[in-house]
Amino acid sequence: MNPFSSGTRLRDMIRAIRACKTAAEERAVVRKECAAIRAAINENDQDYRHRNLAKLMFIHMLGYPTHFGQMECLKLIASTGFPEKRIGYLGLMLLLDERQEVLMLVTNSLKQDLNHSNQYIVGLALCALGNISSAEMARDLAPDVERLLQFRDPNIRKKAALCSIRIIKKVPDLAENFMHPASSLLKEKHHGVLITGVQLCTDLCKVSSEALEYFRENCIEGLVKTLRDIANSPYSPEYDIAGITDPFLHIRLLKLLRILGQGDAGASDCMTDILAQVASRTESNKNAGNAILYECVETIMSIEDNGGLRVLAINILGRFLSNRDNNIRYVGLNMLMKAIMVDAKAVQRHRATILECVKDSDASIQKRALELVYLLVNESNVKPLTKELIEYLEVSNQEFKGDITAKICSLVEKFSPAKIWYIDQMLKVLSEAGNFVKDEVWHALIIVISNASDLHGYTVRALYRVSQASTEQESLVRVAVWCVGEYGDMLVNNVGMLDIEEPITVTESDAVDAMEVAIKCQRLGLTTKAMALIALFKLSSRFPSCSERIKDIIVQNKRSLVLELQQRSIEFSCILQKHHNIRSALVERMPILDEATFTGRKAGSLPTAVSASSIIPCNLPNGIAKPAAAPIGDLLDLSSDDAPPAPVSSGGDFLQDLLGVDLSPASAPSGTSQSPKTGTDVLLDLLSIGTLPPVQSSSSAIDILSSSHDNKAPVANLNGLASHSSLSANATSPASSAGMMDLLNGTGAITQKHEENGPAYPSLVAYESSTLRMTFNFSKQPGNPQTTFIQATFTNLSPNVYNGFLFQAAVPKFLQLHLDPASSNTLPASGNGSITQCLKVTNTQHGKKSLVMRIRIAYKTNDKDVLEEGQINNFPRDL
Amino acid sequence: MIHFVLLISRQGKVRLTKWYSPYSQKERTKVIRELSGLILTRGPKLCNFVEWRGLRVVYKRYASLYFCMCIDEDDNELEILEIIHHYVEVLDRYFGSVCELDLIYNFHKAYFILDELLIAGELQEPSKRTVARLVAAQDSLVETAKEQTSSITNIIAQAAK
Repeated sequence: MNPFSSGTRLRDMIRAIRACKTAAEERAVVRKECAAIRAAINENDQDYRHRNLAKLMFIHMLGYPTHFGQMECLKLIASTGFPEKRIGYLGLMLLLDERQEVLMLVTNSLKQDLNHSNQYIVGLALCALGNISSAEMARDLAPDVERLLQFRDPNIRKKAALCSIRIIKKVPDLAENFMHPASSLLKEKHHGVLITGVQLCTDLCKVSSEALEYFRENCIEGLVKTLRDIANSPYSPEYDIAGITDPFLHIRLLKLLRILGQGDAGASDCMTDILAQVASRTESNKNAGNAILYECVETIMSIEDNGGLRVLAINILGRFLSNRDNNIRYVGLNMLMKAIMVDAKAVQRHRATILECVKDSDASIQKRALELVYLLVNESNVKPLTKELIEYLEVSNQEFKGDITAKICSLVEKFSPAKIWYIDQMLKVLSEAGNFVKDEVWHALIIVISNASDLHGYTVRALYRVSQASTEQESLVRVAVWCVGEYGDMLVNNVGMLDIEEPITVTESDAVDAMEVAIKCQRLGLTTKAMALIALFKLSSRFPSCSERIKDIIVQNKRSLVLELQQRSIEFSCILQKHHNIRSALVERMPILDEATFTGRKAGSLPTAVSASSIIPCNLPNGIAKPAAAPIGDLLDLSSDDAPPAPVSSGGDFLQDLLGVDLSPASAPSGTSQSPKTGTDVLLDLLSIGTLPPVQSSSSAIDILSSSHDNKAPVANLNGLASHSSLSANATSPASSAGMMDLLNGTGAITQKHEENGPAYPSLVAYESSTLRMTFNFSKQPGNPQTTFIQATFTNLSPNVYNGFLFQAAVPKFLQLHLDPASSNTLPASGNGSITQCLKVTNTQHGKKSLVMRIRIAYKTNDKDVLEEGQINNFPRDL
Repeated sequence: MIHFVLLISRQGKVRLTKWYSPYSQKERTKVIRELSGLILTRGPKLCNFVEWRGLRVVYKRYASLYFCMCIDEDDNELEILEIIHHYVEVLDRYFGSVCELDLIYNFHKAYFILDELLIAGELQEPSKRTVARLVAAQDSLVETAKEQTSSITNIIAQAAK
């Protein structure tokens, strides 16, 4: 012993650490110990190596880094003595995991130890291999382990059996080598070997169908006999747990029998007697017995049909459910979920008990029961079950509400017998837990309402009533606001009264009050406010008597700090003040929303939704994204984006466009599709939302463009969008077009129409490779020729989805570049959608130098990182 | 299969961790933090199972210590409770009415016993007596080795005199 050794004993270190009063003190002690251990490692101190490693393990357990000790493990394992190896292997299992490369270095030591003359050392090696073996080690050492399956000492055989499980899980190809040795383990008497042998066979069956067949043919009778013997065995103190001999062995045998019997009638037949015996004779007053029953029930449910046994099994589960022990009830519910596939009727009998479990105070049981109820619901019982669930929703605790709401909504949607019932249930859910529902849910509700034309009056009145009662549930308020906007007249006049309704009296100003509250309420989000503003606008023509008040409210919002609200109120108040002739057409009711499109959208493609909502924010005349518009757009564009150019009804078109929804692809040949309805297009373009870029579709357009160039006046650029349409307006109705300009400009006086058309630039395919295309659309703000807004649109030309999409750009010093966030970082395959990103480039040498840009695009496809780079020199010259 | 075994004290201190599935050090810390938040807050009368990341965690409290084992969804939860109890009984027999301090100062012993009980996340030995016998045999191997080294050093020390 070295008296000068600096290290303290393990016990002393633990004591010192435990004596620390603060985390800082503990860190100091650990730091000191680690320093001493590192010093010892550097000196290659052999005497205290195992003690140091033990200390490191303790330090590791406290959560400190101990990687520097990894090599010490290997050194200890390589030493000759049992104590060193014992602690070395322990450290190896604790400090390393199978993914560390250091582990490769230990393979050789392991191989030697597997062949060691001392069986305890062999045991240590097997244990380490079984716990942390990687695939390579498994491959290298499989023959040694296989040999050890026949070792003389049973304690080594059992370790080798479990080690083999790890090996075949890592390298399933090796399964056939272990098949025969495993089957011979099944004949053993030693319980440890038997239990591990059965386990090995079970895992072999899982990875290899060949093994499954082999065991089915050769082992079933032996296994049944073993199970019978163990079930009938007299009291044996060594293996007894609560009066049952070796429940662990019972369970493993039942598990293996289940796998062998599944899908094989003959095998299933062999085991019915013993299963019946276990199911009926096992004592169920202790946990061990219940564990066996639980396993037995699962086996009965899984093997091939045997009616009598199943009745027995379902009865056991019934007993489980009524048990007072929560654990037993939990596993009962769990098993019923599996039983429902086999015998739904039998499970339905326990419906009342299961519903009770949904209300249990234990979250685990609640969750299980809710899943089960969800599976139990069908057309015939949806009404009572939904009623129960909604009643429960009122009393459930917050964290569970989201879960339960989602379940109710999906049930109501799936099994709804009638629209009125659907609407009623959804209103209940929304008024109870409106803040927990997802957007799709209330979107779907609006679609249903829109389609149930005979229920419009009923719905809007019901919504008005409940939304007055629970104003804090945002999605409820949204649906209510939308319905009041659409069907406000029905609310006031009690149109379409149903017998079941209680009559209510709502005056026009009550309805306007409700909208005003929604706009002004601090807690409600922007989407809700925007919806309320639109609803008010619509009400202005439905309620002529309130139109002055509505105008006032809208005017108040002109000062809103939120761009979306401000802009909309300016537009709306212009329409209210100056354009009575078109107002009534503008605020007509929405056309009926198409359910099929919506469900298709919901089921099918997220990408369309992404691209649809991403286009809207980027096409605003002032180039500022307003994502809040997306949900509305998303909701309303349903009918428009499949057939954008087809005019459904002129009023409907107006409306959709007004709400920001014309989604015709940016590259549409606008000249042709637009020409038939020029008059209306002016309006929609002025309202800022058509996404048609300035395509030079007619020669006169070019003329105008060039003429405005010559003028070089500080023109009010209408985002290029207007250039095309006002041109067509020129031809048809110049006077009205001038008025429309007014809309967008607010107050700007217009003297010369031609000047309105600022320079517009054709869009540019800025970059194109075999896999990706990037298109630039340009626009400038009036009065600021130096700054160009570029909207980049990325399209995926390959059949694979791109993830983690990142666009970067660099410019020379005379340019300033500002990148807005991209609309998404996932680019759907084969051009099924796109990513858009807005760039703002300020050219400090405008007029002298033109833009130039270097770009880099990074993304991941098929788990591979891809990087594309390029330089763009072909910008239009005067940007 | 058991994915990992955790022993956590009521204060959230880790007393033993054993990982049978690969978790990186970072994940391990995260798992421990998540689970102690989940399990230590549960009331005494609730069931012993927690659903977590698509797996189940079976836990049982003995005095101030929570024994937790994480298993697959289709494993037998009740059996795991028995395995936990089996382990506790072996510990109890080995230390003679085990307490948390025994497991702190002799944490390596707790690991050695666990290694005789579980390998690759599967049960190895249903007999408590066999486990105790095997651990004792290895302990005595260590003792003899120690005596040998100390007698050798004594001889060297005497010779040096």
